[in-house]
Amino acid sequence: MTLRFDETERERMNAHVREGFPHEVVGILAGDRGEHVISRVHPLVNERADSAHNRYKVSGLTLMRAEEALQDEGLEIVGYYHSHPDHPSQYSEYDRDHALPNMSYVIVSVMGGDVASTQSWRLTDDRSRMDEEPIESWRKP
Amino acid sequence: MSVAVKIPTALRTYADGKGSIDCTGATVGEVLGSLVEQHPGLGNHLRTAEGKLRSFVNVYLGEEDIRYLDGEGTAVDDGATLTIVPSIAGGAA
Repeated sequence: MTLRFDETERERMNAHVREGFPHEVVGILAGDRGEHVISRVHPLVNERADSAHNRYKVSGLTLMRAEEALQDEGLEIVGYYHSHPDHPSQYSEYDRDHALPNMSYVIVSVMGGDVASTQSWRLTDDRSRMDEEPIESWRKP
Repeated sequence: MSVAVKIPTALRTYADGKGSIDCTGATVGEVLGSLVEQHPGLGNHLRTAEGKLRSFVNVYLGEEDIRYLDGEGTAVDDGATLTIVPSIAGGAA
């Protein structure tokens, strides 16, 4: 299914990615799960200070509180984004191993500080791989 | 013992779309076993092939992370609530 991503929010995500370089950044993608639309980007803090150039983590309670605040505004959690500094936007085995099902994982490749490519991935039910889904530009009404 | 287990959005597909499942068991491990028995599709996402809880699966008994209690051996009272709280992790390498 095509992921429809609000243009302004996508630019906010890209700004977060550029600001964070050369570290990985992470955030929530919220909107409408049924329509597969992202209408809000919510940056989070990467807790992996020990290896921030190639790892990210957000602990459960921090994530839950952020998601509840978005849900209180009537938004649903569609997925998460993170950056791959100086690395392609292909998912890694580490990404796959830690992925939640039924969520879109948008990976932004940032090369030398500039956004190079963006891909969205979804874990298969058997956890054996992640399948790419197309991303389409969209504007909030 | 009847224990409610709260299911996060990402895993509800494997639990008939429900946000909470009534389970039985005297310990956290038994309750999770009862959950997977009712909804086998959850098993692969909660545990590794070796049977350990996946690193991103956090289980709370009320407000307490079971890692700081007795893990899956933690005793649960009738009417308790377990909450499955995923963390997110990944990275390029």
